[in-house]
Amino acid sequence: MTILEIRDLEVDYDGVRALQGVSLRAERGTITTLVGANGAGKTTLLRAISGIVRPQSGSITFAGRQIEREQPHAIVRGGIAHVPEGRRVFATATVRDNLLLGAYVLRDRAERERRLEVVLAMFPRLRERFQQRASTLSGGEAQMLAIARGTMSAPTLLMLDEPSLGIAPNLIPTIYAGIRRIAETGTTVLLVEQNVRDALQLADRAYVLQTGRVVIEGKAKDLLGDPMVQKAFLGL
Amino acid sequence: MDLGPLPQLVVSGILTGLLFALISVGLTLIFGVMDVVNFAHGEFLMLAMYLTFGLALVGLNPIFALPFVALAAFVLGAIVYRLLIRRLLDGPPSTVVFGTFGLLVFLQGAAQYFFTSDYRSVPNPPFQGTLHLGNVALGEAQLIAGLGALVMTALVFAFVEFTEPGRALRALSEDRVAAQLMGIDVQRMNALAFGLGTACVGAAGALLMLTYPAFPRVGTEFALTAFVVVALGGFGSVQGALLGAILVGLVEVLGGFYISPALKLIPVYALYLVVVLLRPQGLLGRR
Repeated sequence: MTILEIRDLEVDYDGVRALQGVSLRAERGTITTLVGANGAGKTTLLRAISGIVRPQSGSITFAGRQIEREQPHAIVRGGIAHVPEGRRVFATATVRDNLLLGAYVLRDRAERERRLEVVLAMFPRLRERFQQRASTLSGGEAQMLAIARGTMSAPTLLMLDEPSLGIAPNLIPTIYAGIRRIAETGTTVLLVEQNVRDALQLADRAYVLQTGRVVIEGKAKDLLGDPMVQKAFLGL
Repeated sequence: MDLGPLPQLVVSGILTGLLFALISVGLTLIFGVMDVVNFAHGEFLMLAMYLTFGLALVGLNPIFALPFVALAAFVLGAIVYRLLIRRLLDGPPSTVVFGTFGLLVFLQGAAQYFFTSDYRSVPNPPFQGTLHLGNVALGEAQLIAGLGALVMTALVFAFVEFTEPGRALRALSEDRVAAQLMGIDVQRMNALAFGLGTACVGAAGALLMLTYPAFPRVGTEFALTAFVVVALGGFGSVQGALLGAILVGLVEVLGGFYISPALKLIPVYALYLVVVLLRPQGLLGRR
């Protein structure tokens, strides 16, 4: 079942047409990855889905509802969480407060506490750092916090922008294991990555974006073997 | 050792500073959450003073009027945000500057027209006694105004630090986009912050009426000091505003006594210039 469907999306960003008619769909409970070079429009696509930037034309349908004109907070409430590029954790707030902010849309206090336990079980390192300010975390810990914060609202769709960027290489498997576990709980994942090999190995379906257009799409495993993908992104 | 009038001046400076703190916390809260420097902040103080004066005319002690005045100021602030500031924010940054400055001119003019430029003091003011602590003599009214301001500042601080909406306000002031991605409704929180900031000057206005008269330009006097306090303490920092306010209160009172009452603002601005030159982000400011 398709949970997210994007049709002919055109978005201007800083006066430049960043997306030139992108169409994409994500099936419920799967991992879809969006790969491509810097400036291909991957981040802009996520920002358009979460309502931070407004598309010029095209549609975004999520769970049967068109959301391309909705306010960001309404989109979060509707079940989409966006873990932004560069993590953007609240540095002066504690790990605990960051996580509670992730559950801001949940009205029920007991539900928030329950979610807190779920994400702390997923990222035990955060439990050790629970009362520390986020500014004291390492890059990898901050990324765990950003992902954990994103899952606090129990989203239907979790969007991750470059979760392996700027992370110590030995921590990347931990981050990816976390993403896999989140997907196993039934959450649909839309993963943006420059780390193409890991992303393609993790995902079910993949899209390759180039200067604002989808140039290749297909099963992630098939793309791993695609000569153009190998040449452009895998260094083969 | 005889310290002469020094202890008296220090106590007086701190009490003055506490009132500055409450006014400045309101200003810094608004700035921190939505990057708006509200030039009409002092005019809300002026309106609160007139409201307190009006309530005193029907026999209400300013201290008992305070919760009502603060609430009225909160509602006024939230309405002004919805009707005016929100629209100004859609324009280039200078729009907000001119817009809130325009509001200052409008409110001051309206006060001039409706209330005339006469000084209005609370009739039969309460708390006229004097407390003696050692050789420090304290007017009860000044003491109550200062302590009242401290309590209100502490309440605002506790709200921002320990409540859920406070957490959202802090998130917004730190990273607006990330806050939106948490599902925080920016417009709603901006209205809350503007209302709270205005409630701070509302409460300060009620307290100020214990020792000070209301007149149309009264806000400008205090707002100017609040701008110095906020720049000194660090834009957006509540603790910085408290620290800056007490410093400014002390310098103003000491300067007024040892130099000349007419020149009391000169050391204040000298202090401000020194801090801003050495630490442009203010004493406790970030960035």
